[in-house]
Amino acid sequence: MDVNEIRKDFPILERIVNGKKVAYLDNGATSQKPRQVIDAIVRYYSEYNANVHRGVHKLSEEATVAYEDARRKVAEFINASEEEIIFVKNASEALNLVMHSYGMENITHASRITISIAEHHSNFVPWQALAKRKKAKLEILDIDAEGELAGLEDASGSDIISIAHASNVLGTINDAQEICKVAHEGGGVAVIDGSQSIPHMPIDVKKMGCDFFAFTGHKMLAPTGIGVLYGRKELLEKMEPFLYGGDMILEVKKEGSKWNNLPYKFEAGTPNIEGAIGLGAAIDYLNKIGMEEIRKHEVELLSYALGKLKGEVAIYGPKDAKKRTGLISFNVPGVHAHDVATILDEDGVEIRSGHHCAQPLHERLGLDSSARASFYLYNTKEEADRLVDGIRKVKRVFA
Amino acid sequence: MSIEYERIVQIWKNPPNRGEMEDADLVLEGANPICGDRIKIFFKIKNGKIVDASFTGEGCAISIASASLLLDYAKGKSIEEARKISKEKMMELLELDLSKNPSRLKCALLPLMAIKKN
Repeated sequence: MDVNEIRKDFPILERIVNGKKVAYLDNGATSQKPRQVIDAIVRYYSEYNANVHRGVHKLSEEATVAYEDARRKVAEFINASEEEIIFVKNASEALNLVMHSYGMENITHASRITISIAEHHSNFVPWQALAKRKKAKLEILDIDAEGELAGLEDASGSDIISIAHASNVLGTINDAQEICKVAHEGGGVAVIDGSQSIPHMPIDVKKMGCDFFAFTGHKMLAPTGIGVLYGRKELLEKMEPFLYGGDMILEVKKEGSKWNNLPYKFEAGTPNIEGAIGLGAAIDYLNKIGMEEIRKHEVELLSYALGKLKGEVAIYGPKDAKKRTGLISFNVPGVHAHDVATILDEDGVEIRSGHHCAQPLHERLGLDSSARASFYLYNTKEEADRLVDGIRKVKRVFA
Repeated sequence: MSIEYERIVQIWKNPPNRGEMEDADLVLEGANPICGDRIKIFFKIKNGKIVDASFTGEGCAISIASASLLLDYAKGKSIEEARKISKEKMMELLELDLSKNPSRLKCALLPLMAIKKN
């Protein structure tokens, strides 16, 4: 893959921030969008904007075809069937859907739910709330000194195991297949939060063996407000709807209503049509480059950056680039992450700072906050160099 | 680096009023959920006036400098007067314009909010 050619597709990368060309290194928070995605959204609104599944007129039929085409692209992208793909607004909603429609029905005071200390709040708080409401046991797996999941075997026998495929702070890629195996051997279900993995590597939910796989579109070149819940068909069929309203019913009578077929049972109300179309265009773009290629590029960039930063800053997570996604969380000793981010921003280098919606993990690591640089397919070694230069400047300023 | 930020870093390097006060008459706490920063403010009060003030806590340079400058300004005032210090006044003390940095504005206002809310 040719990064310079890829960069031409992203208009925002030409942006000047504080007098310098932007080095966007906050892809863990959200990715930038290629013109192919922007154009697909503009085309929808300029040429065939209409509601889906409702009209028989031309525009509505075109919008419906485009919306359903996006679902097919998602299904193929993760090796699922179309009826197993539910469009939601983001990963948080996807996980809340599982918590409500599966959890509220199946979890009792005798149940065990297992998560890990490294979870993003979106995969932490729903399970904490469910456990509290049902008086169930919430078990939190620890991480080891390298930042890798520890004691997975202890989770066996849990009714639900919900763990991120990749950590948004440590970058650690968890063995999702093994997590699913442990869940199933103990008679439970496996929920995998794929928000930080699917933008960066090939995903096959059948091979993984998960029951649910949640992710958001905006971290993988799509617009905000569109996310996906994959659910295994047998489970989705047995589950009650999450939201009630239009489009999710087959018939409504005074005495009661019948739910629509999958996946529509879980998509109440007018959906985010532009979002789904944008996500479809984003998947086309990623497929054109190839997820294996993107992963290779990020591992190379990450190895380069890790090598340069070694000894300069405190780095969290596995040292081996192959065990992590393309992000580096770090601290400059004695300097608050916000100050690091502000100094870097003065030279157009955009990174994240704070606790990255992972407060329990920061507490576990004994940190108030951390800084995070996260790479994607359009980032270059030159941008990694600017990150390193910026960090050296922080050290000079705060010395 | 901007001149304004340089001043903040200078204050951060040796912040006035930092430290715990054992015989404080009033202890106030504040936290910023965005970054997890926490601050504790101590007041010594005599005849209704703040005669001494100090703070502890971990935070960014802006929140530390803000606490230092705010407590300097609050000394000699009553608690009620201190609680009435405006956000604009706080930014004036900091000599910073954060109107385009809403996240950093929260850092700057953390100490003031700790006084106002408690």
